[in-house]
Amino acid sequence: MRIALLADIHANLEALQACLADVRARGADRLVFLGDVVGYGADPVACVEIVAEACSTGALAIKGNHDEAAVGPTRFRLNETAEKALRWTEAILGDTHKAFLSGLPMMVGEEGRLYVHASAAHAESYPYVTGLDEAVESLQATKAHVTICGHVHMPALYNLAVTGKIMQHIPIAGTDIPLLSQRRWLAVMGAVGQPRDGNPAAAYGLFDAEKSALTYVRVPYDVEKAQDKIRKAGLPDSLWKRLGVGR
Amino acid sequence: MATPYLEKGTLLDGFTIGDRVHKGGMAYLYAVTHPAHDLAMLMKVPVLNEGEDPAAIVSFEMEQMILPRLSGPHVPRFIAAGDFAVQPYLVYERIPGETLYKSLPELPLPAEQVAAIGAKVATALHDLHRQHVVHLDVKPSNIILRSDTGVATLIDFGLSHHGQLPDLMFEEFRLPYGTAPYMAPEQVYGIRTDPRSDLFALGALMYFFVTGVRPFGDPQSLKGLQRRVWWDPIPPRQLKADVPPWLQEIILRCLSPNPEGRHPTAAQLAFELTHPEQVTLTPRAHKIARDPWSVRIKRRFHPDSFRPSLQQARRVTSAADGAPIVAVAIDLTESEPDLIEALRTTVKRVILTVPNARLACLNVLKGNLIAIDQTLDKEGHNVHVQRLVQLKDWARALELPPDRVSYHVLEAMDAGSAILDYVSANAVDHIVLGARTSAVLRNILGSVSMEIVQKAPCTVTVVRKSRGQGGSA
Repeated sequence: MRIALLADIHANLEALQACLADVRARGADRLVFLGDVVGYGADPVACVEIVAEACSTGALAIKGNHDEAAVGPTRFRLNETAEKALRWTEAILGDTHKAFLSGLPMMVGEEGRLYVHASAAHAESYPYVTGLDEAVESLQATKAHVTICGHVHMPALYNLAVTGKIMQHIPIAGTDIPLLSQRRWLAVMGAVGQPRDGNPAAAYGLFDAEKSALTYVRVPYDVEKAQDKIRKAGLPDSLWKRLGVGR
Repeated sequence: MATPYLEKGTLLDGFTIGDRVHKGGMAYLYAVTHPAHDLAMLMKVPVLNEGEDPAAIVSFEMEQMILPRLSGPHVPRFIAAGDFAVQPYLVYERIPGETLYKSLPELPLPAEQVAAIGAKVATALHDLHRQHVVHLDVKPSNIILRSDTGVATLIDFGLSHHGQLPDLMFEEFRLPYGTAPYMAPEQVYGIRTDPRSDLFALGALMYFFVTGVRPFGDPQSLKGLQRRVWWDPIPPRQLKADVPPWLQEIILRCLSPNPEGRHPTAAQLAFELTHPEQVTLTPRAHKIARDPWSVRIKRRFHPDSFRPSLQQARRVTSAADGAPIVAVAIDLTESEPDLIEALRTTVKRVILTVPNARLACLNVLKGNLIAIDQTLDKEGHNVHVQRLVQLKDWARALELPPDRVSYHVLEAMDAGSAILDYVSANAVDHIVLGARTSAVLRNILGSVSMEIVQKAPCTVTVVRKSRGQGGSA
């Protein structure tokens, strides 16, 4: 079974459509959305509808902090820019969209894999896995062989050996990496809709369950169009500017 | 935990266990058969006992990741892998032939034989580096000269680094892993990404094979290993006077402590080993004694001395990109000065942008190879030498340093196949050649450039003179 892993769409319809077209071309049996369907981008309605439609035919979606914040008050704080975008998002989402987002689960485990937006440790407060310490914490909070998350917007792959050593690897797009069975793995997906690793191309992952191999994929998309929509929506300038440089 | 002891005759995932052919500290090897695989195979089973060196596990994991992605004649073909949860193993093609380790009692070997072995190993390393892998344990027992095809095959990728995969060895063991007599200085300092580390090891191997002595002995401490950064080995010619200067030049270049001082790629090393006459000799070619004490001590303590560092290490992914072999085929018989000039301009553009590129200037001398006197022209000049002189004259305007350019007159009946053979045998990355502008000649002689465009296993640039320059086309 091949599973497409899409995190941090952030209401970027152009990036989402490009990734889904790429998934269809490569072939996948299952779609997993790893949270933050909305926030930052100009197309929250269209993106929620695509994800909801996919979920009605077998896809899986996890809740992200922006999904939670777009439908009501939160226990966590967001920066001013994110807050502005979320209030804009909240205003244009319909009740069915909001109901879909608030009904999303925080974590789902299946066949040795755990899907979560941020970290398996304290999932509901959405800590960022940006280094070895946070990765160990997440890995210790679960028994899953592979934990798959997003939230950071920068692709990374951590593994924990039986000796207790943790290591980080920055994946190279297009390489299938064998996730050896005797280690435990934490795979951070890059962002579909707002990459921050210096490469503006949309990012997602493909996991081959039979081979236990993970491939990080990059897909170029119409960045200018997505930027234009954000500008026209009157959202903060930094939100469209960063898409052009992938930061 | 699973055991490396497998009873002969046992059936494991369809493989029938045969004789144990090797019992090492890290793994056991068994001959195996399988009804679905009609070739000689080996099963490698790691030693995973409690209290054993954890490096055995990690290096087995590395090999499990790397071997299935490798292909070509210079590596054993991967067949199957067993899961750690049940019984970890790797099954791969059993390469026919002996490892070079079996040659050790015969050392020293004649220089020509050592150069021939070195060239084969360098060719194999280039193919490995092209696949993003640095071997990091090049030594006699990890090289087999195949008894069927004669090519060198590299085995045991347990210490290897793959440029696109997590490097488990590096993360797990900050201390260097390798084999003391052959380990490059940067590897001693924990750098695992530079393909030129394999060239150092091959240099140490060639030194050993041609002199019978290991260049740095077999140090057992980290301090002893680090000494190779400043302690130069005894020049091979001091140990064995009949080692030709060109081979000493190549070996000592391989053993440069700084990877920058070595050949930029394994392909360029193979090229030199197969073209001794093209090796640029520097003073080290004629050295018959080590550097004096004062110089060595200075190298050790001077603050500006070379120390391997992660910052300057090259990554295997960009190895060949940074140092291509470019060949240019020049037809000196046709008097088309515009085309010859256009060729030079193109080559300049191609080669001058890449600081480590190497240029091979080719000319094909057509003729009957059997009749020796035909290499003399009507006036009695040696045509071969004359062509070499012309090639050098053509290349002079490029102003390349002598170690980056070489000249070759290929004697053959057919220019196209001579050039193609050269391109394949020397791992040329890019060939530049001119197109005949005369349609009449092209129709009679056929198009050499067309043949090369169709068949060459590399990038081909066909140069035409621009229309503005006149000409008959």
